[in-house]
Amino acid sequence: MSDLETFRAEARAWLEENCPAEMRTPARSDDDVCWGGRNFVFQSEAQKQWMDRCAAKGYTVPDWPKAYGGAGLSAAETKVLRQEMARLGCRSPLNSFGIWMLGPALLKFGTEEQKVHYLNQIARGEIRWCQGYSEPGSGSDLVSMQTFGEDKGDHWVVNGQKIWTSYADKADWIFCLVRTDKTNKYQGISFLLFDMTTPGVTTKPILLISGSSPFCETFFDNVVVPKDQIVGELNRGWDVAKYLLGHEREMISGMGGDGGTSAIGGAFKEMLGEEPVLRAQMALFDVDNLAFRAHGERFMDEWKTGKAHPAYSNLMKYAGTELNKRRHELVMALGGSEALEWDSERTRGGAKPRAWLRTKANSIEGGTSEVMLNVVAKRILEMPGA
Amino acid sequence: MAMILNDDQVMLRDSARDFMTSEAPVSHMRKYRDMGCKDGFAHGLWKQFAEMGFTGILIPEADGGMGMGHVEAGIVLEEIGRNLTPSPFLTTAVAAVEALKAADKAMRDRWYPGILAGDAVISVAIDEAAKHRPEKINARAERSGNGFKISGAKQFVVQGASADMIIVAARTAGAAGETDGLTLFAVDKDSAGLSMDSARLVDSSMAAQVKLDGVEVTADAVIGDVDGGWSVLTRLLDAGRVGAAAEMVGVGSGAMDMTFGYLKQRKQFDRLIGEFQALQHRAAHLYGEMEAARSITLKAQNMLDEGHKHAEQYVAAAKAKAGLACNLAVREGVQMHGGMGMTDEYDIGLYMKRDRSLNEFFGDAWYHADRVAQMNGY
Repeated sequence: MSDLETFRAEARAWLEENCPAEMRTPARSDDDVCWGGRNFVFQSEAQKQWMDRCAAKGYTVPDWPKAYGGAGLSAAETKVLRQEMARLGCRSPLNSFGIWMLGPALLKFGTEEQKVHYLNQIARGEIRWCQGYSEPGSGSDLVSMQTFGEDKGDHWVVNGQKIWTSYADKADWIFCLVRTDKTNKYQGISFLLFDMTTPGVTTKPILLISGSSPFCETFFDNVVVPKDQIVGELNRGWDVAKYLLGHEREMISGMGGDGGTSAIGGAFKEMLGEEPVLRAQMALFDVDNLAFRAHGERFMDEWKTGKAHPAYSNLMKYAGTELNKRRHELVMALGGSEALEWDSERTRGGAKPRAWLRTKANSIEGGTSEVMLNVVAKRILEMPGA
Repeated sequence: MAMILNDDQVMLRDSARDFMTSEAPVSHMRKYRDMGCKDGFAHGLWKQFAEMGFTGILIPEADGGMGMGHVEAGIVLEEIGRNLTPSPFLTTAVAAVEALKAADKAMRDRWYPGILAGDAVISVAIDEAAKHRPEKINARAERSGNGFKISGAKQFVVQGASADMIIVAARTAGAAGETDGLTLFAVDKDSAGLSMDSARLVDSSMAAQVKLDGVEVTADAVIGDVDGGWSVLTRLLDAGRVGAAAEMVGVGSGAMDMTFGYLKQRKQFDRLIGEFQALQHRAAHLYGEMEAARSITLKAQNMLDEGHKHAEQYVAAAKAKAGLACNLAVREGVQMHGGMGMTDEYDIGLYMKRDRSLNEFFGDAWYHADRVAQMNGY
């Protein structure tokens, strides 16, 4: 047996032993997602058990080094572990912006002290992070942001406002872009970390068209941030932010399949027989979906071997989000009038229309489709012009 | 199964690319078009293909070939597509070779050496109507003495008039619409009762309408099992479809690169037209579609090579996606070239014509999207 197959057998045995039965059923709603953090209310004992067991084993962040709370797995082993988790139907033990976003940035730009401190907290699900990037006047043109940190010797005093801060009202800490030099647009931004309970931090949820409030407005009024809570160099926070955005966009494309298929039309066979035009749309969607999954798989292979263009994740973000919006348009069309109910029990509180509306943000958050196309045209295709 | 080419495959790609661009670029295709060549390709070039080892890529090593897979065949086809190189590669070295793998040794010995030498050309006769519907094959082969008598009408037999042998799919049992009861036959071009009406297509390739009027073949002409031809035909078609997809990835990429080059040198309103965001966004979208087409095609080739249980679905998706993306590339290409795109002098129009033929060959995007739906149970 190869080393990898030995590992597969071990991982499978561990998962079978340690993953509670309840955690092997699909998540029914957002409430079933474990986000961890100081204020998180676990839905069940099993949910907490599953997170804690994985954290102890390093499996909340399997590919991080052991010193930082991971299991130190290679890329191949991580893939095997994910395959085995998928095979058993295990839920994700811990979802977190700390794992997906801040972690990779810290691994690349953080000091050893920062890595040991913050990464272990993230891996154990102790601290829930949010991201402070966009501002009311700085959306697609993010680098025009104005939130300012005034240098007071051993600390900064931060004033300003962020918007679209995901789960700011539930997060414990924020990683935040703060202007530390007003004279230099790109090289005048720093990447700061601070506690959301620091005096002067307030949040206000934004009610969305989906009826939920995953995003907040976040206000900073003379917030004191110690100088050791900066990631990377002073005024070079844009480098960290760009790296992290790349990671965020890459994440979206990380859904390459194992050659299985995942059509949404199969469940509607009877009905589609009488809807030839809708059926055709479904078929074309499935072709594009299979192509996108193969594309994601190829991109990951190229990324891991350093063959992918650095701006390629922008293309994947554009393709993946537009496809997801199309998927939910079709789900709504397949559901017909029954997919319109907004709060009935039988529709689990209007799960379909709420999910459909939520997807409309996919091509706005993390860089709009239009910005993605600009980046692809200029950086990959090297089209002329500013 | 990695979704990136290994070192050997990169070498093959580089040599195929060098070969096509030096020996058979678009000007080669123009030359044979303009002389009204009745084959639609150059036999000399086919010999050169053989010298390069291309014609034996899919032929097993035990039969004297290279024993490589659909990924490698696709690498050559992409370069063929990019240069609009006319050749019998897809029909003979891909579709026919794949079918002949199901043939007995005597038949393989009869045809493989000629293919390996670049002498033999083999066509496939499947379609019987304007649209590709292999399950509806109605040509009949009735038992007659020690062999069969084949009658029926075939069309879109690409390079049929140049072929030494034609693989004919005919019904030995059952009725049109059934997959059981089909049989594949190797029919010699000089057979009595075989007549052909060859015509030039929009892309300057040649295709024949073939009439079979009681064509007599011996039992040795059967490829695979009598009445069990569907599995051989599926093999032939999957190879042909994923091959056509690879060629369309080449055609689309060639058209796209040419168009992007044009955007970077054509000036209007005192600036390069590639500076206009309206064109940049369309260019970026097109690039994404071509990349997706390239990915699903590579995935399908890999899956065919490993005999994956979902290979057929991925081949269908690849043929559909490559068809849609390549079609977008040539339409955007002609539009973005403006008036120049309408001229015969510029090459972009030739890419549009080739796309049209390849999209129809072995079933179009709509047909294959429909198959994807069926394979998913709706």
